[in-house]
Amino acid sequence: MIHYNKFTLANGLRVIVHEDHTTPMAVVNVLYDVGARDENPAQTGFAHLFEHLMFGGSINIPTYDEPLQMAGGENNAYTTSDLTNYYIQLPAENIETGFWLESDRMLSLAFDEKSLDVQRKVVSEEFKEHYINKPYGDVWHKMRELAYTTHPYRWMTIGKELSHIENAKLEDVKAFFFKYYRPVNAILAVGGNVTVEQVKALAEKWFGDIPSGEKYQRNLPAEPPQPAAHKLEIKANVPLDALYKCYHMYARTDKRYYAADLISDILGGGSSSRLHQVLVKEKKLFSNIECYHFGSLDAGLMTIEGKLVKGIKMKDAEKAIQQELEKLQNEVISERELQKVKNRVESLLAFEDMSLLNRANNLAFYELLGDAALMNREFENYEVVTAAELHEEAKLLFDEKNSNTIYYYAAN
Amino acid sequence: MMNRTIAPPIKDAVDFDIKLKPYEQFTLDNGIPVYVMKSEEQDTLQLELVFPAGSWYESEVLEATATNFLMKNGTSKHTAQEINENIDYHGAYLNRNAYHENATYTLHCLTKHTEVLLPMLQEVILDPIFPEEELSLYKQNQKQKLAVNLLKCDFVGNRFIDKYLFGDFHPYGRVSTMMAYDALQTEGLQAFYKKHYTYNNCKIFVAGNLPPNTIALLNTYFGSTKWNGETNLVKLDLPIQPAEEKKFRIFNDENGVQGAVRVARHFPNRYHPDFPKMLVLNTIFGGYFGSRLMSNIREEKGYTYGIYSQLYNFRQTSALNIQTEAGRDVCEATIDEIYKELLRLQNEPVPKEELDLVRNYMIGSILGDLDGAFQLIQRWKNLILNDLDENYFYNNIKTIKTITAEELQQLAKQYFTPGDFYELVVI
Repeated sequence: MIHYNKFTLANGLRVIVHEDHTTPMAVVNVLYDVGARDENPAQTGFAHLFEHLMFGGSINIPTYDEPLQMAGGENNAYTTSDLTNYYIQLPAENIETGFWLESDRMLSLAFDEKSLDVQRKVVSEEFKEHYINKPYGDVWHKMRELAYTTHPYRWMTIGKELSHIENAKLEDVKAFFFKYYRPVNAILAVGGNVTVEQVKALAEKWFGDIPSGEKYQRNLPAEPPQPAAHKLEIKANVPLDALYKCYHMYARTDKRYYAADLISDILGGGSSSRLHQVLVKEKKLFSNIECYHFGSLDAGLMTIEGKLVKGIKMKDAEKAIQQELEKLQNEVISERELQKVKNRVESLLAFEDMSLLNRANNLAFYELLGDAALMNREFENYEVVTAAELHEEAKLLFDEKNSNTIYYYAAN
Repeated sequence: MMNRTIAPPIKDAVDFDIKLKPYEQFTLDNGIPVYVMKSEEQDTLQLELVFPAGSWYESEVLEATATNFLMKNGTSKHTAQEINENIDYHGAYLNRNAYHENATYTLHCLTKHTEVLLPMLQEVILDPIFPEEELSLYKQNQKQKLAVNLLKCDFVGNRFIDKYLFGDFHPYGRVSTMMAYDALQTEGLQAFYKKHYTYNNCKIFVAGNLPPNTIALLNTYFGSTKWNGETNLVKLDLPIQPAEEKKFRIFNDENGVQGAVRVARHFPNRYHPDFPKMLVLNTIFGGYFGSRLMSNIREEKGYTYGIYSQLYNFRQTSALNIQTEAGRDVCEATIDEIYKELLRLQNEPVPKEELDLVRNYMIGSILGDLDGAFQLIQRWKNLILNDLDENYFYNNIKTIKTITAEELQQLAKQYFTPGDFYELVVI
C-alpha cells in the first residue's frame, strides 16, 4: 500500500506527494502528457528530440545539470510513444533545487540554436547505435509499419527516419513546447523524506505562477481491427534466422489488458514458461524465445520473438509456436499455472515498489491513467482474472487474422 | 516577483555525515559466515551465496561460467523444469553469475515464501548433477548468442581492449570462443563444482525483511553438514601479458555506421593509495554526465550518444578504460579529443567550482546508493569479499571531501600521459 496526498494548483498542475521518512533522499518526478504518438507524421522523433533539448538550459538558468550536481543530485528522462518523464534524485535537504530547475524549464526553455544543433547530432548517433548498427536493429521499425496502418504507434519513439530529426527547426521546437509542456498537461510527483506541507509550499512558490496553458485534447485515430494477417520477409547480414510475431491487444485501461498480460507471462515469463520449456528445451527449435508487450496506453502489440537454432526451418519453427498458441486457445489452463503467474505479478509489484524512484514514477503514471489510487488496486486487477477469461482472451488475441509476422533471414 | 536566476541555498556535500549502517554477523554450525542487513519496511528478501568460483580458477576457458550456469539445470531429485517451476510458482527469482574472482547464486523472493524456497535452493547448491543434455543445449545456445554478439562493435571492442591490457591467457583478458564452448565436458564442470562450491568456501549475505527463524533455517539447509568437503584454494597473482603494440584499428563490419572507441591503460588495484584519488579524477574526466569527456565530445561536438571512462574493479590489478560508440567518420576525432582532455588535466588545475561540484555529486550519489537494505549489503559485500572494512569506505569519503586540485593535477601527470594508453577502434 503506497500512501500519498494529492492536490492541484490553480494553473492545473497536479501534484502528488509520497512521504517516506526512512530515506535521506527525495525524488522529483515530472511527467508530461505527450509522447511520440502525438507527433505530426511528417515530424516524427520530435517528442524524444525535445527531451534532449530539455537539458540545454531554461529561460533563467543557463545549465540544468550543473546546479543539480552541485546539490548532490542526479537526473534522467525517457520518452515513450505515450509520455515523457523527467526525474531527479537528490538529498532531501536540497529538494528546493529540484523545484527551482524543473519549474524554470516548465516556464520556458532557453531555445538555443546551438543546443538544437548538437542534440540533433547526438540523437542521430543514438539512432545509429540502437537501430542501425546492431544486428536485427531495424526490426521494430519494420514491425510497427507492418502492424499499424492508422494509429501513430506505426513509428518508433526515436523517429521514423533520421531526416525528420535532421530537419527540425527552432520554431517547431517552440511550438511543440508551448503546446504540450504546460502545467495543465503535467503531473508532478514528489517522494521521499519530505512533508506534504513542505511540498505544497514549494509547489506554490515555484510552479504556482506558470501560465496554465491549454489542455491538450488528444484525438488520435484508432487502429481498425485487422482484416487479414500481415507478413514480411527480411534478409540481412545476421548470423541466425529470427521470427517475430505480433498480435494486436488492448489498451492499458481496458479490463482485458490484465488477462492478456497474464497470457504473456504464461508464454514467456521465467524459465518455466511454456515457450521456453517446449520450444527451447524440449523441441530445441529456438536458442531463445520471449513473449512480451510494452504496456502501451493505446492498443499495443503482444509480441513473440525468437532466434532459430541453425538448421531449423522457419515454417517448422512457426508451426511449433502456433501449436503452443492453439493449446492456449483449446485448453483452459490449470489453477496452479494461473496461480503461478499471479504470484509472479505480486512479487514483481513488490520489488518494483522497493525503489523510491519507481514509486514516485508510478504514482505519476497511474495519475496519468486516471487516478494515482489505481496503483494500489493494480494487483486486484490481476487477482480477479479467471482461467475461463484467459481462455476467452487467448482465442481472440491469437486469431491468425490478428497476426503480424516478420521472417528475418540470415543472408548467408 | 521571485528572482528565478538565483539558485536556492543548498547543503554542501562536505556537511553530509555519511554513516555505513553496520551489518549483523552470524556463524552457521559448520562455520559458514552469514552477513545480515535487516529492514522491515518491505516484504521482500535477498539471499546471496558467494563462492570463490570465478574464471580466475579455471583450467579450461568458460568452465566457471558454465558450472555456475548449469548447477540450476538439474539435481539428483529434480529436473531443470521442476526447479524453474518451483521458483517461478513462488514469484521468486534465482539468478546466478560468475565473475572474475567469485561466483554467486542470488534468491529474491517475498518474505512469506522464504521457507518453502530454501529446500530447492539447497538442492541446487549441494546436489547438481550437470545432465549431458543440458550441457549440449547450453553450448548450442551460447554459441548462437556469441555469433550475434560478434557482429556488435561494442562487444568486440570490449573483448579486444581487455586482451591488449591483460593478455589472452590471463583471466582478465581471456574471452569466450566457439571452440571453448565446444570443449566443455561434464566431467570438467563436476570437478570444478566439487572443488569450489564447498561449505568452507561459502559466504552468505542476506538483506531485507527476514523471517524470524532465518538463521535456524539457514542452519538446517546449509549449516548442518560439511557439504562437498573442505578444499583449500590457493589464489596466486598471475602475470599479465600486455600487448606490445598500442594502437589498433579493426574492421568488423564493412557497413558499420559507428565505431567502438576504446582508450585504456593499466592502473593499480584498489589497495593502492592512488586508487581512491583516481575515483575522483576519473569522475571529473569521464565518470558522470557533466564530465569533461561528455561535455566536450557529446554536448559540444555531438560525436556520440554517450562517452564514459571507468576504473575496473578487478582485484589483482585495475585499468582505466574510456569507451564510446561514435559516428564512423568521427572516431579518430574522438580519440584526439580524449587525448586533449587528458592533457588539459595534466596542464591545468581543476577549477575550484568544478571540483566542488564533483565532490557534491559523488557524495550525493553515495548517499543515494546507500538507500535500502539491498544496497547496503551490496556495499558491505564488496568490502568483505575484498578483505576490507568500513575504514576503507570512510577513507574514500574523506578523499572525495578533501582532495586538492594540486593532488589531482599530480595524479594526472602521473597517469594521464597519452602515450601510455592503448587505443582501439572497431568498426
